[in-house]
Amino acid sequence: MSQAAATDFAATPAEAFAAIEQNGVALMPLRKAGLARFSESGYPSLRDEDWRFTNIEPLTDLPFRPVIDPIDQAPSMEKLGDVAFGRTEADRLVFIDGHFNADLSQTGDQPSGVTVTHLASGLAGLERKVGSLSGGDDNPFVALNDAFFTDGALIQIGDGQCLAKPVHLLFVTTAGKDGEAVHIRNWINAGANAHGTIIESHLSLGQAATVTNVVTESRIGDGANLEHVKFQDQSAKAFHLASLHSELGRDARYAFHSIALGARLSRNNLRMRLARPGIECVLNGLYMMRGQQLADHHMIVEHAAPHCDSHEYFNGVLDDQSRGVFHGRILVQPGAQKTDAKQTNKNLLLSDDATANTKPQLEIYADDVKCTHGATIGEMDDDAIFYLRTRGLDTLTARRMLMHGFAGEIIERIRLDTVREELNALVWDRLEAEHQLD
Amino acid sequence: MLEIKKLQAGIEDKPILKGIDLSVNAGEVHAIMGPNGSGKSTLASVLAGREGFDVTGGEVLYNGNDLLDLAPEERARDGVFLAFQYPVEIPGVNSAYFLRSAVNAVRTHCGEEELDAMNFLKAVKAKMKELGLNEDFLKRPVNTGFSGGEKKRNEILQMAMLNPRLAILDETDSGLDIDALRIVADGVNRLKRDDNAQLVITHYQRLLEYIVPDFVHVLHDGRIIKTGDKSLALELEEKGYDWLVKEAA
Ligand SMILES: Nc1ncnc2c1ncn2[C@@H]1O[C@H](COP(=O)(O)OP(=O)(O)OP(=O)(O)O)[C@@H](O)[C@H]1O
Ligand SMILES: [Mg+2]
Repeated sequence: MSQAAATDFAATPAEAFAAIEQNGVALMPLRKAGLARFSESGYPSLRDEDWRFTNIEPLTDLPFRPVIDPIDQAPSMEKLGDVAFGRTEADRLVFIDGHFNADLSQTGDQPSGVTVTHLASGLAGLERKVGSLSGGDDNPFVALNDAFFTDGALIQIGDGQCLAKPVHLLFVTTAGKDGEAVHIRNWINAGANAHGTIIESHLSLGQAATVTNVVTESRIGDGANLEHVKFQDQSAKAFHLASLHSELGRDARYAFHSIALGARLSRNNLRMRLARPGIECVLNGLYMMRGQQLADHHMIVEHAAPHCDSHEYFNGVLDDQSRGVFHGRILVQPGAQKTDAKQTNKNLLLSDDATANTKPQLEIYADDVKCTHGATIGEMDDDAIFYLRTRGLDTLTARRMLMHGFAGEIIERIRLDTVREELNALVWDRLEAEHQLD
Repeated sequence: MLEIKKLQAGIEDKPILKGIDLSVNAGEVHAIMGPNGSGKSTLASVLAGREGFDVTGGEVLYNGNDLLDLAPEERARDGVFLAFQYPVEIPGVNSAYFLRSAVNAVRTHCGEEELDAMNFLKAVKAKMKELGLNEDFLKRPVNTGFSGGEKKRNEILQMAMLNPRLAILDETDSGLDIDALRIVADGVNRLKRDDNAQLVITHYQRLLEYIVPDFVHVLHDGRIIKTGDKSLALELEEKGYDWLVKEAA
């Protein structure tokens, strides 16, 4: 198996950064500032309020090995053949260990006002943009990403333009050494009244304890309508850290779906800024964990303008000793009247040893708003099981139906038919194969 | 068809049913009335097999066999149907999918062929029309976000599709507007045959104008204190329960 060309030694961040400088890559000021911030902060710990339920020590104990150069031999198409959404009619950008792979990718047929490419090819015009939405964030993983990112997607949809096909971003790690870390950066800009669907999937071919650290910035223009499905199905030892920084314009529609099935530990930071009136923002997530897995969704939805709706729906199925963490902060700024913010987090515990931590946090500085939140942690609803049984369904069928419904409730919200149907089948197979339902 | 003998049941050492005797023959409609908390829903739950209720005495025979020995799904497949006083919301479970699974579970048990999606849809749409239910109902999750009246109609739709031999309707009329009441009652009457029976729990004589009972029983504090014909319901409407309670004491 080919090896990723990572810094081969357990380097310090500063030593590893020397390799970046040597390569003379773009955006050096951003990178240097990132390195400086990370050197200052170090990794977060359980003492940080934002990380109190998610212990990343297993990650920080790993050697520091950012992947900087592309691997010699990328995996073949056959090897990638049957990946989820691999058959979805889409423009596909494939990244192996954080590097764009033109041979495996396939683009074209987008209208002239649309750019779908990899970030490294278009950085020249983006000096002032990359980092502009994530810049205010003190998350150390964003700092690390600023310093070490290699590549990622660049999607720009001009005013009034539409993605002719969905864009599928496929991120694969092949790394074979513990600690190898892939830093990915995506930049998405949807102009006024732009439309489109983006599918982002993260998979691993290797089984090592690798790290994926992805930062996505998206600017959604006035009246734009974007659907973004993020599917994380990395191997059982992998660490996955993601942050999304979005700014939404007037009357924008944005639906972000996070399906987290893999990785030993995954963290999704979602930072949504509803900057203009009339926005509808949906954050919709499903996590299914078992063994020692942990999935953490941490969001801040900032209502900075009046008449905006935000809805967060997160369901988790937790088996064995796994853990689900949900932190939903809704910040309603003064003047953001007529805000309608809704948040639900439901956790289904399939084992006595599974844990869910759920923390809603409403900070409201306007008086004419509607904010609701609800969280449940529990076993399957006995009343529902009884109801189904009185209709002739046996207990196992009833439990399976409820479980399917629990996951289906989230998947239902995905608008793109092909993706919704594929996920439905995939999640169902997973539930059947991996979780004790009776 | 149904023979309840000296049935006693309770929950967590609290006796609720204190010796019920009731027999229902094929072709009959029985109404059960009685004040809040008298045990009507408990009786329905015990007949349907809800866990958590302890049967402490007596027996229930259904077509000559011990009913209480069967799991809820076995009772359902054998033709016992309970329309819930409070139908349960099941988010994420598609109504059509649920109902077809239920119908096919019963059909398989009865040695009939399963209905395929096409034939199921045809059958269910016809029934929905009769019950004045909008077709987009089928696409929605079971009972989720349904209005009170929609939930009750959905119970009757399920009943119509499952075609039970013993239907127990627990306050199916409460929460229905006048038109819906008539539609639901018509639906129930249409399912009436010589070889099935209905046990109708209600607080209101109004329903019994549409679903005419052969017998009216009054349940009070876990016992049937009076049995009469449909005129008893009228009398209760007029005078309440007090006089009966005194009479029984
Ligand atoms: N799960 C339970 N736990 C404890 N007590 C219960 C439970 N279910 C019912 N009971 C009690 O049993 C008694 C009978 O309740 P039941 O629901 O059968 O009454 P009902 O006749 O159906 O009343 P209503 O007309 O209000 O529907 C009541 O005192 C009720 O509080
Ligand atoms: Mg009742």
